[in-house]
Amino acid sequence: MLSKKNKEALFNPLSKDNPVLVQILGICSTLAVTVKLEPAIVMGISVIAVLAFSNVIISLIRNTIPSTIRIIVQLVVVAALVIIVQQFLVAFNYEVSKQLSVFIGLIITNCILMGRLEAFALTNKPWPSFLDGIGNGLGYTIILVVVAFFRELLGSGTVLGFKVIPQWCYDHGYEDNGLMILPPMALITVACIVWFHRARNTELQETN
Amino acid sequence: MKALRKYMDKIKPAFMPGGRLAKLQSVFDGMETFLFTPNTTSHSGTHIHDGNDLKRTMITVVVALMPCLLFAMYNIGYQHYLAIGQQASWLEMFWFGLIAMLPCIVVSYAVGLGIEFIGAQIHHKEIQEGFLVSGILIPLIVPIGTPLWMVAVATAFAVIFAKEVFGGTGMNIFNVALITRAFLFFAYPSHMSGDKPFVMTDGILGIGEGTVVNSYTGATPLGQIATHAGGETLALTDVVGNPITTYDAFMGWIAGSPGETSMVAILIGAVILLGTGIASWRIMCSVFAGGLAMACLVHAFPSPTYAASLLAPFAQLCYGGFAFAAVFMATDPVTGARTHIGQYIYGFLIGVIAILIRVYNSGYPEGAMLAVLLMNAFAPLIDHCVVSFNIKRRLARAKQ
Repeated sequence: MLSKKNKEALFNPLSKDNPVLVQILGICSTLAVTVKLEPAIVMGISVIAVLAFSNVIISLIRNTIPSTIRIIVQLVVVAALVIIVQQFLVAFNYEVSKQLSVFIGLIITNCILMGRLEAFALTNKPWPSFLDGIGNGLGYTIILVVVAFFRELLGSGTVLGFKVIPQWCYDHGYEDNGLMILPPMALITVACIVWFHRARNTELQETN
Repeated sequence: MKALRKYMDKIKPAFMPGGRLAKLQSVFDGMETFLFTPNTTSHSGTHIHDGNDLKRTMITVVVALMPCLLFAMYNIGYQHYLAIGQQASWLEMFWFGLIAMLPCIVVSYAVGLGIEFIGAQIHHKEIQEGFLVSGILIPLIVPIGTPLWMVAVATAFAVIFAKEVFGGTGMNIFNVALITRAFLFFAYPSHMSGDKPFVMTDGILGIGEGTVVNSYTGATPLGQIATHAGGETLALTDVVGNPITTYDAFMGWIAGSPGETSMVAILIGAVILLGTGIASWRIMCSVFAGGLAMACLVHAFPSPTYAASLLAPFAQLCYGGFAFAAVFMATDPVTGARTHIGQYIYGFLIGVIAILIRVYNSGYPEGAMLAVLLMNAFAPLIDHCVVSFNIKRRLARAKQ
């Protein structure tokens, strides 16, 4: 079930081959949906689901896809899955689906998806592809959650909607940082995580 | 002096590699070069040295800022005593402003230099003098009512993300002091605009106690323009409701960020900077030219919807932070354009964009900060275009 290769497919994207930190993919949605923690988690789960299943489907039909039209086939599969996820969210978690608005639909254009389909699913069997999808989705979700945690904590003083910064601080002049709610700070937060990550994993540092 | 030199020589070995305090070598080095001129010379090649090193450049800018700083202290006291409706001598006003501003200056220097010192220790580099100017610019462009912890957070952010990550002094893309202000502006908007932050209404340490007069409003002239209710004429007032003229704005007796109010003080600084050749006259003049051109243009089409277009072109330059940005921010040699033609373009566009934002974007009563930061981002591109155009031109000439 979990051979060495499969383990790599599942666990490498969490840190050493993280889609956001190392490949710098999927930055757009990282900036857009990380103002609050809850939508970030939902977004992460949606991406995991879409990525895992589209990887499996493409992997199953990989030998029948003519390579000239493979991008269109991938897009159709991803689009179908995204619409299922979107409808599911509207049905069961309407509030969050409204906050995420267009960004669930935009999973189609997320570079991580096309990247994994092209680079992995087209040349691998369904089970490793599934694990690869889960791994990359998780790698993306972890970053989303970390960024959203700091942005919500410093920007709104809450975590998952609960007040965590005591009223005492506000009474003594503390204020929430309005810049944290704006997209530029998501970029800087991601940059800080990349900084920290490269500092810990020296083999990832580029030499120039 | 000799005793000091002897003492420095005595403790020096401890700081050298292998010594007890080797980790603090750059601190010792910084102190030694601060106290004595280093007598190390280069051993190879021929070098021409100008006496005008980084330290002297920085100190000249600080000296040029002194008129602004002194007037700022006086004006803080002046606005305060005006707001509480009390008579005071100019010395009292100055004294009040001094103790109001001092904490901000101390915090700005302590945080900024602290981070630079730590950064220098970690990377085993010399301590650079770059923050000497930023540290005095920050208190001058941040409203006097800003809480000190906010100044500390913003300074730390600016020094780390606008300077250290790019490689420290001389490598930054954006002006560090302006990043501090931009951070505060977007992070804590209620403390950076409106009628609260620009005038001290409370006494400090028992000095200047009193309650504000009934007609008090603390909005800056540009703040009043931003909330102008409509109508063809502007009625700008000082903090207690008396009408003010462009002459008041030129002299500086208006509310605003400490350093920016007085055109006279800024012009004295400009003369010092230009006389010593520290700042580029091309940038400075073209910022004013661009601002004046844009101000004339918007004044040619006045509209009550955009109340700032009702201001006369010259008044446009006197109000707000335009002149301060033109003299001290745009001329920053690190973040500005370097080629001569590039400097004209860079400066002119700063002037144009500053007035453009001020007049047509109701969200930002003042555009000078954003204009300089925007053009900071474009300065390398302008230089690149100028250089490659020059190469093309000369190649074409060579082929003939």
